[in-house]
Amino acid sequence: MSKLIEFRDVVKKFNGVPVLNGVTFSVEKGEVLCIVGPSGTGKSVTLKHLVRLLTPTSGSVVVDGVDVATCSDDELVKLRDRIGYLFQGGALLAWMTVAENVALPLEECTKLPDREIAVRVRHALRAVELVDAADKYPTEISGGMQKRAGLARAVVRESDIVLYDEPTSGLDPVTSITINRLIKKLNKELGITSIVVTHDLQGALAIADRILLLKGGKAVECSTPAEFTQSQNPDVREFLAAMKGETI
Amino acid sequence: MTIVREPMWDDAPRSRTQALYRHLLQFLSTLGWTARILVSSVAAFPSVLLRRSGRADFSAQLYIVGIRTLPVITVVSLFIGMILALQVGLELRRFNQEIYLGAAVMLTLLREMGPFACGISLAACVGSAIAAELGTMKVNDEIAALEIMSISPIRYLAAPRLLALLVMAPILAFYCSVIGTLGGGIVGSTQLNVFFQQYISSALSIAETKDLFVGLLKAGVFGMLIGTVSVAEGFGTKLGATGVGRSTQQSVIVNFLLILMFGYMITRVFYR
Ligand SMILES: Nc1ncnc2c1ncn2[C@@H]1O[C@H](COP(=O)(O)OP(=O)(O)OP(=O)(O)O)[C@@H](O)[C@H]1O
Ligand SMILES: [Mg+2]
Repeated sequence: MSKLIEFRDVVKKFNGVPVLNGVTFSVEKGEVLCIVGPSGTGKSVTLKHLVRLLTPTSGSVVVDGVDVATCSDDELVKLRDRIGYLFQGGALLAWMTVAENVALPLEECTKLPDREIAVRVRHALRAVELVDAADKYPTEISGGMQKRAGLARAVVRESDIVLYDEPTSGLDPVTSITINRLIKKLNKELGITSIVVTHDLQGALAIADRILLLKGGKAVECSTPAEFTQSQNPDVREFLAAMKGETI
Repeated sequence: MTIVREPMWDDAPRSRTQALYRHLLQFLSTLGWTARILVSSVAAFPSVLLRRSGRADFSAQLYIVGIRTLPVITVVSLFIGMILALQVGLELRRFNQEIYLGAAVMLTLLREMGPFACGISLAACVGSAIAAELGTMKVNDEIAALEIMSISPIRYLAAPRLLALLVMAPILAFYCSVIGTLGGGIVGSTQLNVFFQQYISSALSIAETKDLFVGLLKAGVFGMLIGTVSVAEGFGTKLGATGVGRSTQQSVIVNFLLILMFGYMITRVFYR
């Protein structure tokens, strides 16, 4: 197994306060890694390091042998082209319809003919069950639908790495399951390496190859779902207990 | 160039002096960054016109800049012309020189007040909207999303807006001068006993092409200033909704100041 993504002792400070304080983990090619942890521990910050929206204060982030923080702009463009990113808020452009938003990365960055683009967009929208909302504007649809549209846009380019920032938060349980299935399906069928930040423990247990618990700026546990639920690590126990408490 | 920038320092300043020093550096760096936005946007003008989506964005911006602002610009320039005519006319009447009213109003409008009226109207109507729109996009991660998809926010967002302002500002400034002159004529004929025909012929006899072109040049410069400042304020927005409010306010303030300063400097260069 080859390590596709590696965080090596990453420290990230904002205004002197460390948010990440020595995070080390790696993701193998074709793997689904779920990152869980309390709100505000730097899960989104972690993802942003992978596309150089943020750079580490110290330590390094390596994707496929390329140091993201120090690589040349050309290499960065190549890297970003390989990565699909679902932002926590969806980040759709307000003046375009859902379908146009999903088509955007194909229209601006590939030379595909219009027909092919339309087919792919339709396919992506069907996968997230948004075909009916294709011609609506982002402000006309619910938050959960915006998130699904963002997800369609993140996967439409068929990148080999996709980063999902809370793909299921704000969705109803049934749609959550659909989305989780979709993430797993893309991973299985196209071999897409995925990092999924989530608050949905059941979902994480279902789709993850490994689960990483981020707490206090450190990766306190990184193990398979089976090991994770059995872990004796007090932080994991506390997290699991809190999660169970929530479901009662 | 990248738009999503990180803070320049990861740690908090240790002393007052260091904080001051950092503010200064931050200011200079923002200045350089703004200049680069201007240069890269101008460099992206051709690709706006060459792409189908770029042309569509550009014409949408032309409409926003040129048509939607017309009511405000009309009223502003009408009143500026009327005020000018009244003030100048009352003085001229003391010396029985009312026949020159048209010339005085027209010259002032072409050289100075037409571009000025156009500039402040655009800064208030269009610049503030650009800063708010791009600022909202920034805090919603939409700009970051574009950058990750390798869609340059400069080409995609900044260039069509700047180009539309560059094209429209001179046209609107000319329109302002015409409307202002008419407004002055109305005041002249109703309040100051200057016949309208006499007013117009006086206006047309004095105006030179140089006056027209300096005015248009001035307006073009204002257009680029407003575009650059507003785009940079929008792209530089941080800290959520309060940040958007701050950027919008800043863009209007900075644009007003720059319009006044550049207006003076350009006049100084051409008329000495
Ligand atoms: N650009 C930034 N500037 C300053 N502080 C930041 C910045 N981005 C994130 N932070 C801080 O980093 C911390 C972690 O933020 P992050 O968004 O990664 O949390 P999270 O784990 O994703 O939480 P949630 O589950 O609520 O999304 C927060 O305290 C936040 O204030
Ligand atoms: Mg987050």
